[in-house]
Amino acid sequence: WVELLLRVVVSARTYADFTPQATFDIKKCDLHKLEEGPPVQAVLTREEGLQYYRTMQIMRRMELKADQLYKQKIIRGFCHLYDGQEACAVGIEAGINLTDHLITAYRAHGYTLTRGGTVREIMAELTGRRGGIAKGKGGSMHMYAKNFYGGNGIVGAQVPLGAGVALACKYQGKNELCVCLYGDGAANQGQIFETYNMASLWKLPCIFICENNRYGMGTSVERAAASTDYYKRGDFIPGLRVDGMDILCVREATKFAADHCRSGKGPIIMELQTYRYHGHSMSDPGISYRTREEIQEVRSKSDPISMLKDRMLNNNMASVEELKEIDVEVRKEIEDAAQFATTDPEPPLEDLCNHIFHNEPPLEVRGTNPWVKLKSVS
Amino acid sequence: MSSLFSSLKMMTKGAMRCVLITNHLKFFETIGNFQLLQVTVRDALNQAMDEELERDERVFLLGEEVAQYDGAYKVSRGLWKKYGDKRIIDTPISEMGFAGIAVGAAMAGLRPICEFMTFNFSMQAIDQVINSAAKTCYMSAGLQAVPIVFRGPNGASAGVAAQHSQCFAAWYGHCPGLKVVSPWNSEDARGLLKSAIRDDNPVVVLENELMYGVAFEVSEQGLSKDFTIPIGKAKVERPGNHVTLVSHSRMVGHCLDAAAVLAKEGIECEVINLRTIRPLDVETIEASVVKTNHLITVEGGWPQFGVGAEICARIMEGPAFNYLDAPVIRVTGVDIPMPYAKILEDNSTPQIKDIIFSVKKTLNM
Repeated sequence: WVELLLRVVVSARTYADFTPQATFDIKKCDLHKLEEGPPVQAVLTREEGLQYYRTMQIMRRMELKADQLYKQKIIRGFCHLYDGQEACAVGIEAGINLTDHLITAYRAHGYTLTRGGTVREIMAELTGRRGGIAKGKGGSMHMYAKNFYGGNGIVGAQVPLGAGVALACKYQGKNELCVCLYGDGAANQGQIFETYNMASLWKLPCIFICENNRYGMGTSVERAAASTDYYKRGDFIPGLRVDGMDILCVREATKFAADHCRSGKGPIIMELQTYRYHGHSMSDPGISYRTREEIQEVRSKSDPISMLKDRMLNNNMASVEELKEIDVEVRKEIEDAAQFATTDPEPPLEDLCNHIFHNEPPLEVRGTNPWVKLKSVS
Repeated sequence: MSSLFSSLKMMTKGAMRCVLITNHLKFFETIGNFQLLQVTVRDALNQAMDEELERDERVFLLGEEVAQYDGAYKVSRGLWKKYGDKRIIDTPISEMGFAGIAVGAAMAGLRPICEFMTFNFSMQAIDQVINSAAKTCYMSAGLQAVPIVFRGPNGASAGVAAQHSQCFAAWYGHCPGLKVVSPWNSEDARGLLKSAIRDDNPVVVLENELMYGVAFEVSEQGLSKDFTIPIGKAKVERPGNHVTLVSHSRMVGHCLDAAAVLAKEGIECEVINLRTIRPLDVETIEASVVKTNHLITVEGGWPQFGVGAEICARIMEGPAFNYLDAPVIRVTGVDIPMPYAKILEDNSTPQIKDIIFSVKKTLNM
């Protein structure tokens, strides 16, 4: 009951002592073919701050737990972790609605979360269990949720897909838009330029977002791109370069971009300058092409969660205890999810051939030899 | 007035013939009590798309020259005029881009028809067809459907040489998650395209440019707005007892021509029109082989790892093997890139004489 009392004390403090909201100066965005950009100040309410903090912490801890499980060989295959880039996923979601649409590449766990997936489902998908968000059929790179089209393994392929989703939005006239993400590596894919052309021609409500984390696998941007001004590479498409480590910057830029799309002006590009602490994937230690000093510098000077935390504490928008408590809750949630993900059974063998098709009568599928005839239901 | 009188005069006669030209250039013959329409494959495809566009507002067509040009091969003639920019979309020459856009639109609730000017160009976009469209329902454990149709002319044409003549039946037929159909005549074209558009899954429709202008009789039932042909079911075009000929697309016509010639010598061929490449209707082939004991596959594509090769494997693995009196024979395109010169091109794909020769070989004649 002491804990209960403390909670009451803490919540009593909540209403009385904290600043309900504050205005912060944020970095000005570099502009391409735009007369003006997002505001250089952002208003953050206490509720928003706590929510962003919690979500980013969940995301951070979830990815670190995935790292652990991968090293224990409980997660297999590809695992591309998002820690360091939390401000992007959470900031973008704060600038759009859940009724909008989003598609990204393979570094997708964070977006699966912001788009409505639970930590349990995400982790169980990573461990390949039946409780996974794709029933264990997809794995790390193929997670889906409502208005979230994955999770795509082929670099760059998600960009035309995203423009197609935007076409559907325009076609159906529901004032929705599609956020279409890709990395600095993917930015050199030809199909992205084909997509820029069509999205612009047809004025599709598409926000193209390049998450520039400085390295495409092991190749730095300078070695991969003749022009590293990714926000300008849409040429005839207006663009913004945004500080991707500052969640408020990302949010304001996203709101600005969303307004642009919703007003029928067509697509817009955002380049988020961000950083990943892990290597490209779990098979990449991430230190052969960059220095430990560089990683450490970003961690100490630009960590998105620390930045938000400092802002809130310095402006009396939250207490140290309160944030610590959130940390404790988050840790517990992740432990719970990991426990589920490691104990949930694998999918049943009967499920092997299911879901090849949608809305289809049952069909027979050839097994590994002619006598094995498997059943597929949709 | 006098023309009306002469019409009435005509109608009192026994058999009558009146020609009615609609904006779809149909020819309407009434012979006795039967009503048969002569419809070209092109018009059949056109009508099928028109009817499905009208039926479901989520259906739309995109591709190069499909709108204002009326289609590179005029298959989409009149559709843009009727449905406008929103539903008939001209794309830039960006196969990978627009195929991906089509797949994304399908994921988000629309029902696109993505035209490849020929399937040769689909190679530029094949990643979107296979990795984004075909595999997604499975990878998402059924959460994400992709109701899309990829259609266009496939295989050899006339004088278009190597880069424009490849048959993709085997390549697309290889992949789980796709359905692949290959119509031969107008009824096939109508029924299969309509089924493809109504299917909630990715369907590849392999048309044939040389067949576009060929007219076939289509029954009234075949002309009804809800006429569909089930995907995955072959059709016995001609019954016979001595040998089974299995084919798809244009080669079905060659098989029927060969069968007509052979019939004069007392050899009755059973001709099966596959209609669908994937899923392959092996049961229909097996039932036929049980009856005839001899099987020949005929295709325009290359022999290695082709449709005929798959049929051979399946027959061997199944009950019909014990009914074969001779090994299965594959009649295929020559294993070379398609040459240009007419004499060379003519000798690069199966001719009727090749089929006749093979039949006589397998029957030991």
